[in-house]
Amino acid sequence: MSLVVEQLLNGVQFGAMLFLLAAGLTLIFGIMGIINLAHGSLFMVGAYAAALTASKTGSFALAVPAGLGAAACAGVAVELLVMRRLYARDHLDQVLATFGLILFFNEMTVILFGRQPLFVQLPAALNVSVPVAPGVLYPVYRLLLIGLGLAVAGGLYLLINRTRLGMLVRAGATNREMVRALGVDIRLIYTAVFGLGALLAGLAGLLSGPLTSVQVGMGERILILAFVVVVIGGVGSVRGAFFGAMIVGMVDTLLRAFLPGLLRNVMAGSEADALGAGLSSMGVYFLMAAVLLARPKGLFVAHG
Amino acid sequence: MDRSALQRGALGVDLRPGRALWLVAPVVLAALPFVADALGDASITTLATRIVILCIAAASLNLALGYGGMVSFGHAAFLGVGGYTVGMLYSHFVAGAPFLGFVPGTDQMLLTLPAAMIASGLAAAAIGALSLRTGGVQFIMITLAFAQMLFFLFVSLKAYGGDDGMIVRRRNALPFLDTRNDTTFYFVCLVLAAAWLGLLSRIVGSRFGLVLGGIRQSERRMAALGVPIYRYKLAAFVISGMGTGLAGALLGNFSRFVSPDMMHWTQSGELMIMVILGGVGTLMGPVLGAAALIGLETVLAGWTEHWQVVMGPLLVLIVLYLPRGLGSLVSRKAGGRHG
Repeated sequence: MSLVVEQLLNGVQFGAMLFLLAAGLTLIFGIMGIINLAHGSLFMVGAYAAALTASKTGSFALAVPAGLGAAACAGVAVELLVMRRLYARDHLDQVLATFGLILFFNEMTVILFGRQPLFVQLPAALNVSVPVAPGVLYPVYRLLLIGLGLAVAGGLYLLINRTRLGMLVRAGATNREMVRALGVDIRLIYTAVFGLGALLAGLAGLLSGPLTSVQVGMGERILILAFVVVVIGGVGSVRGAFFGAMIVGMVDTLLRAFLPGLLRNVMAGSEADALGAGLSSMGVYFLMAAVLLARPKGLFVAHG
Repeated sequence: MDRSALQRGALGVDLRPGRALWLVAPVVLAALPFVADALGDASITTLATRIVILCIAAASLNLALGYGGMVSFGHAAFLGVGGYTVGMLYSHFVAGAPFLGFVPGTDQMLLTLPAAMIASGLAAAAIGALSLRTGGVQFIMITLAFAQMLFFLFVSLKAYGGDDGMIVRRRNALPFLDTRNDTTFYFVCLVLAAAWLGLLSRIVGSRFGLVLGGIRQSERRMAALGVPIYRYKLAAFVISGMGTGLAGALLGNFSRFVSPDMMHWTQSGELMIMVILGGVGTLMGPVLGAAALIGLETVLAGWTEHWQVVMGPLLVLIVLYLPRGLGSLVSRKAGGRHG
């Protein structure tokens, strides 16, 4: 029983992490029509900046702004130097250019920091577990992640639906030329949205540092899952990204946790483990294919 | 109609862009292994073999992506199915036990290549039939999803090597030819690539190809003309998958090794990059793209261990300043997609 509760919470926590990445991805895609494969690189930049700051200064409190700042700066630089010239282009050109950016970011990281993975120590105050249910202890840091994910979801909802900037962003997504004709500097808004997406990717990166190792290529592994989330949720919809992230996080975590055990009831141990691992990795993609076949535009179609 | 007939020329090949290239290229390609021998550098032949094989895959992807407008992010799946057909048939041949109890294993290339094309064609038919119900970004992602499913399926198949892949101890045999000789194998690949490219150019120039181009430009208009869009797109997708499967089978023979990495999403990405790099929707674009990407990789890797730090910005610059790919350098008229 306690294992089930723990894995459910793990699922929510993974979902929260995926949401941070997917929110930026879906905003950038929905509003600017850009496929940004390099989003995972911004995730990595945030993770590295935070990990290095933490190891040099020993302070997790300093690592947080360092990771956020580095990711946002990298994002704005990418937007100004490359993305800005690609808005009017085919998706294919965007794929090629952002693939080039991935190669650059990954190899630059290898040159600067080497191939050895970095490990981040949690501050003692966060490195404790608290009871969440009778007899179930859960790490406080993961609870914090869940809380942050929910807070960001709420904040983004308010930003997009309740503020002037959000109104301009929604208007820009619906009809870019009209917004421009009304005297709004749409390019500035685009840069801001891209920077915000990068900031969220950096947040996800720096938060995931203490849970997994920080290494080159960490961005691409999670990027594909974030794309799955975006497509399941409906491209351009932040609400869809939130529910998509929760579903994907939950399905992935629960399958990984319980499928090998279930298979072991019907076949030999090592084969069950291999098949279970394979099938649980397939689960998320199976889910996406099923969703797209039933609702070709995703679960929540964005209304601009 | 007469314009396309003019473009096609005798062999069904568009002769106009860079006519000299068509005359020089076969000579250079045929002389290449002998030049390599003379220079005492056998690695040139193996490099050229790899490029030729990936040309087949990139050109096949281009039929779906460039001519049909179906941006598949999962073509590595067919590469892998082709490779695994060779690997599995070989392992059953060695073990002497038929696959599924009734398909005997074999090491004859005349059997394995068609088998690989049939297997990948069936996979493409299944994946395409489902994926083509969506479109746009959703199509990109659903093809990726199916490829990832196959990737993880083969990772978990312990009987066929699982994560580690499987070794094909000897290249498949051909009558009268010694495929273990790298030069011979290079010519086998070269002939197959030329034949496949010729076939693709015939397809593109045929009525089928024109309809496909029409569908890419406006599905609604073609539907109004009474064209069964879904069937045309599916047929193109299956042909594209079969060609990629052929490339996979050759690749498995070439490296005498197949592994799930052949169907990893980065491999799909790399095939896409070759097509975009060379020029989408042109016959020679993917060929140029494959040669340029693998060639650049090799040259830069010989120069510095950190070649990707040069390669990345180079790709970005190509996108920014050569929007129609490298093909537009050879000919200003190369843009079939935009023309």
